[in-house]
Amino acid sequence: MSAVEAATHPTAANLPALRRISTRFFRSELLLIFGRRRNWAGMAVLAAVPLIIAIAVKVTAPRPGGGGPDFLSSITSNGLFVALAALAVELPLFLPLAVSAIAGDAVAGEANLGTLRNLLAVPVHRTRLLAVKYAAIVVFAVAATALIAAVGALAGLVLFGGGPLTLLSGVQVPFGTGLVRLVLVCGYIAACLAALGAVGLFVSTLTEQPIGATIATLIFAITSHILDAIPQLDWLHPYLISHYWMAFGDLLRSPIATTSIWPGLGSAAAYTLIFLAAAWARFSSRDITS
Amino acid sequence: MTVSSTPVAPASQPHPPGGRHGHDPAVRTFGLTKRFRSGQVAVDGIDLDVPAGSVYGFLGPNGSGKTTTIRMLLGLVGPTSGQHELLGHPMPAGAGTALARIGALVEGPAFHPYLSGRANLRRLDAADRHADPRTSAARIDEALERVGLLAAAQKRYRAYSLGMRQRLALAGVLLQPRDLLILDEPTNGLDPQGTREVRTLITELARDGATVMLSTHLLSEVEQICTHVGVMHVGRLVAQAPLTQLRADATARVRVESRQPSLAVETLRRFGLTEILVEGEIVTAVLGDVVADRDGGPEKLISALVEDGVPVRGFGVVTPDLEDVFVSLTGEGFDVSG
Ligand SMILES: Nc1ncnc2c1ncn2[C@@H]1O[C@H](COP(=O)(O)OP(=O)(O)O)[C@@H](O)[C@H]1O
Ligand SMILES: [Mg+2]
Repeated sequence: MSAVEAATHPTAANLPALRRISTRFFRSELLLIFGRRRNWAGMAVLAAVPLIIAIAVKVTAPRPGGGGPDFLSSITSNGLFVALAALAVELPLFLPLAVSAIAGDAVAGEANLGTLRNLLAVPVHRTRLLAVKYAAIVVFAVAATALIAAVGALAGLVLFGGGPLTLLSGVQVPFGTGLVRLVLVCGYIAACLAALGAVGLFVSTLTEQPIGATIATLIFAITSHILDAIPQLDWLHPYLISHYWMAFGDLLRSPIATTSIWPGLGSAAAYTLIFLAAAWARFSSRDITS
Repeated sequence: MTVSSTPVAPASQPHPPGGRHGHDPAVRTFGLTKRFRSGQVAVDGIDLDVPAGSVYGFLGPNGSGKTTTIRMLLGLVGPTSGQHELLGHPMPAGAGTALARIGALVEGPAFHPYLSGRANLRRLDAADRHADPRTSAARIDEALERVGLLAAAQKRYRAYSLGMRQRLALAGVLLQPRDLLILDEPTNGLDPQGTREVRTLITELARDGATVMLSTHLLSEVEQICTHVGVMHVGRLVAQAPLTQLRADATARVRVESRQPSLAVETLRRFGLTEILVEGEIVTAVLGDVVADRDGGPEKLISALVEDGVPVRGFGVVTPDLEDVFVSLTGEGFDVSG
């Protein structure tokens, strides 16, 4: 075909070549998640908790330790503990809720709007769509955790100061080491949440109702908490998704206690793999009739 | 009844090949069937053949299986049985290659309500690995301009009227050069002005070289812009032909009204008319070319009937229009408004 013809007949013959690696869709997905007002509101709630904790402790301090959660009593000694206390408080409900909302919306939200058919017709390969959706969920899990930690650390340092950190095992470490430990905690929690995100992504491929997928995922997490609290079911506990979540405190010992951390990461990896595989099996053959 | 129509776009000769497969039919299906889990057979063994360069009207009343067929073509829904090819690529193996050259609009517009029209197109473009990010902004504006939405590009999709939404969906199809457009009822919900604009746009795109497969429940739409038609009826493809052929097949009949129909029959038979039918006092027959214009045309029959002493109360020549043809195919009418 001559150049002249190509100009007058804009057929797809002169379609730009396929870009093997393109992050545009992934970035668009992030923009969708982090640009949405609903998610801003959710993240504002997540960020409010460390602020509330810091201010409440400041107003009522000083107070003898004991009784309350480990981290709360340590806050006055070092502001970094605000971040840890906030993470501990939000891990049972708020963080799973936030991740469930994003993951539940991932596929079901697009199906509900009908935009799923547009994306698939572009074409976006179904496996790629799931991969991008899951990657964005992971980014959100990391961001939500980091947001709480960052707001908590900042508020804590402003109100209570920093300096060397007394770990849970009683050993004192320099502030820098304390900060590294906080980052490790965030990483561990994000990995646990990413596993829940995989569950949510799977649920999201089952329905066209994003709210339904969110609620189902949250119920999955809460049921895990409940079963984990029933001693008679201790044989089941190691297999529950949330069983090792609170083990992040082990990262604040010296040396780091890994008896629960490694199983915790293993459990998260297993949940992630199993539910991603299930999501793929379901989604790659599903009829898109929305 | 007659359906007013603007001249049909000429069945243009095949356009320059859009690629290696340019001369293959744009869409071909072999016994494509979809039975939903409910047991409903939505599409029942259809053999579509959409020639390259055609504007193919995929005509059928609501619920006849058009959208389900299009979903199967695009790989959104897996066929229960049958195969299909798009632009010469067997599906689903060739989906990545074929779909990149296809612009599709399935069952009405669907976008993110809280994003602007432009942001919605940006997202579609971002998902396309064939799209050049450097030209993205220009292509998006060009597409918006083409459908007349540039002024409203910054508005949230939520605030768009149905007509604007439909146009945004068309703009999404126009982000890239396409060899084939599969458009599912693209004028649904548009006002007459918008309908006219969209039909003009489709005609332009076809002239520029794209094959268009257009699903519709409006016969008038097919008559106005299509070169070919495939007629769906409860999941079956009951007819498929170039429009000109269907028109030519629509044969004119004479209609004589008389108290003594048997006398009229005799006269008509003497002139060699065929398929003579008598219903009460009405006699009809295929006119054919037995009474050519140079012999006096059908009018000659009147004087002949009178000379033969047939008491004629009424006489006419009836040419069935496409609607009559389709009614005879499907046993039901089509919405001819719009
Ligand atoms: N997901 C589905 N499950 C069951 N039946 C369906 C589904 N989608 C469509 N149908 C049925 O299939 C038939 C064809 O529908 P459709 O393809 O939408 O027709 P059209 O687009 O011509 O109006 C209808 O009877 C419809 O009720
Ligand atoms: Mg339809």
